[in-house]
Amino acid sequence: MAKVFEKPHALSDVSMHYCPGCTHGIIHRLVAEVIDELGIEGRTIGVAPVGCSVFAYNYFECDMQEAAHGRAPAVATGIKRAVKDSIVFTYQGDGDLAAIGTAETVHAAARGENITIIFVNNAIYGMTGGQMAPTSLVGQVTQTTPYGRDTSTQGYPIRVCEMLSQVEGAAYLERVAVNNIPNIRKAKKAIKKAFQNQIDGKGFSLIEVLSICPTNWGMSPQESMKWLEENMMPVYPLGVYKDKEQGEA
Amino acid sequence: MAEKMLMKGNEAMAEAAMRAGCKLFFGYPITPQTEVAAYMAKKMPKIGGLFMQAESEVAAINMVYGAAGAGARVMTSSSSPGISLKSEGISYIAGSDLPCVIVNIVRGGPGLGGIQPAQSDYFQATKGGGHGDYHLVVLAPASVQEMVSLTAEAFDIADTYRMPVMIMGDGMLGQMMEPVEFENLPKREVPEKTWATTGTQMKRKKNIVNSLYIEPDALEKMNNERLERYELVKKNEVKVETVNAENADVVIVAYGVMARVAKTVMQMMEEKGIKVGVVRPITLWPFPTEEIAKVAESAKAFLSVEMSQGQMVEDVRLAVNGKKPVYFYGRNGGVVPSPDEICAEIEKIVGGMK
Ligand SMILES: Cc1ncc(C[n+]2csc(CCOP(=O)(O)OP(=O)(O)O)c2C)c(N)n1
Ligand code: SF4
Repeated sequence: MAKVFEKPHALSDVSMHYCPGCTHGIIHRLVAEVIDELGIEGRTIGVAPVGCSVFAYNYFECDMQEAAHGRAPAVATGIKRAVKDSIVFTYQGDGDLAAIGTAETVHAAARGENITIIFVNNAIYGMTGGQMAPTSLVGQVTQTTPYGRDTSTQGYPIRVCEMLSQVEGAAYLERVAVNNIPNIRKAKKAIKKAFQNQIDGKGFSLIEVLSICPTNWGMSPQESMKWLEENMMPVYPLGVYKDKEQGEA
Repeated sequence: MAEKMLMKGNEAMAEAAMRAGCKLFFGYPITPQTEVAAYMAKKMPKIGGLFMQAESEVAAINMVYGAAGAGARVMTSSSSPGISLKSEGISYIAGSDLPCVIVNIVRGGPGLGGIQPAQSDYFQATKGGGHGDYHLVVLAPASVQEMVSLTAEAFDIADTYRMPVMIMGDGMLGQMMEPVEFENLPKREVPEKTWATTGTQMKRKKNIVNSLYIEPDALEKMNNERLERYELVKKNEVKVETVNAENADVVIVAYGVMARVAKTVMQMMEEKGIKVGVVRPITLWPFPTEEIAKVAESAKAFLSVEMSQGQMVEDVRLAVNGKKPVYFYGRNGGVVPSPDEICAEIEKIVGGMK
């Protein structure tokens, strides 16, 4: 019988710890499929963050390093510079990448560091139990904004792709979502391009993936998808924010 | 005979690192370690290596983490405030059992402090700095030639025990010009880095560089395995220079440039008929506890002389273990104790004893 569904080789054969309905698992799968399709597992080194995806080092079959909170782009820089023909990617949440690790993110982009960043924006700190993230929406209720994100004390959400599009060193920036099948297909295409860019030596590529956190949003997975579409997408429009190949987007 | 060159301590150290096979340097500017980075920036590209100025010390040490995890010989250098920022990364490097070399050209603190020579980071270097149970091997050279040989050795020690090694100097040593040679540098056989993340090439199981162990038993096991390595380091790697200490009236314990001043004091006191000995720890961790305990059998008293408010003196007291009195003399903030001040201190001790 023909196989219709198979685990990508680059995805380890272990059970993941993510909550039911969480889209972290889908994004892992897309990354692993791309690694398989490009045939780069043997020279790929991944960097796991601090956040819900902290155990990502157990989920990918390639060599992995675990970085301190926010430092993944610096760790990736060290790896890439040490092993020149390696393919290096980081997988980071919004607190990791856009709060504690903002400097590392911006400067890796500014250097045009030839790495691939998978940036999971779920508008919340998942792992620590649902606190405000730099990407939380104005008015969003979280554990640390129980009356809603108040701009007078907490300011405004950071739009990472828009911000980095001003950085000359960045080669490719795209925001995607994994809320339905067509978008998942687009997400995979973007991730593949971000890895292909690295293979081709094109420089810094970052794919921002809008993702859900049913547990800390306090909703069912279905409600979460709806919330993402109705509330996150208007603030974080999908699309290509920079593609050096195509000229500025 | 090997050719001698006149070089500044900081530059000589950078040269020694490159000769020891260090191909990657990540740093962030700070006085008084500037010459290390400047020398690396100039020379690394010529040998196919990399000098990178990072956006902060935090980034620099995490670049070191990544490169060390990928099996490279890698180094960073900074001075006190920068080492505070690196401390997070140093803890992760220690916790992930990665080898690397970290230079601290110490300046007066706390806070922004000053830029003059100091030894006030002794606690930070030898007792932690970052979080968790861990140690660095801490080497304290006292001459430019020793900066060279200890730097070369630092990489081998790091690789042998899979741990970070710190070289602690100060601005005086760093800027001082002395003749040095680079022939016959220490060299050891070091184990192959089979644990490094260089890509599986689809030929082996994946390697993971990590310090996270959620299960307490697993974490304790990892930590205890590291502890066993620390015990080996204590057994094999202690370095100390002892001069004239047997039956001395007072033994000065001092490291780095302070030990040079101590030797001057030794001669000055000899003229006055007072026998002064010097114990110079070359490794601050592991500390030469046994050597000091041995000296305490015959010496009458100890004086720890430091450019701090008294940090190493605690380890001297532990080593002497109440057998003989242990005194402290120090200046801080960038002030260096003068030979006359130390002589006066010794006369007070001897006077009080008589
Ligand atoms: C230096 C440091 N500060 C704080 C923490 C605690 N911490 C762990 S995960 C996390 C937030 C992660 O959130 P995010 O990056 O959005 O990822 P998610 O969990 O949502 O996937 C924090 C603050 C830590 N581990 N280290
Ligand atoms: S806490 Fe949120 S982000 Fe984390 S695994 Fe659960 S659903 Fe996913």
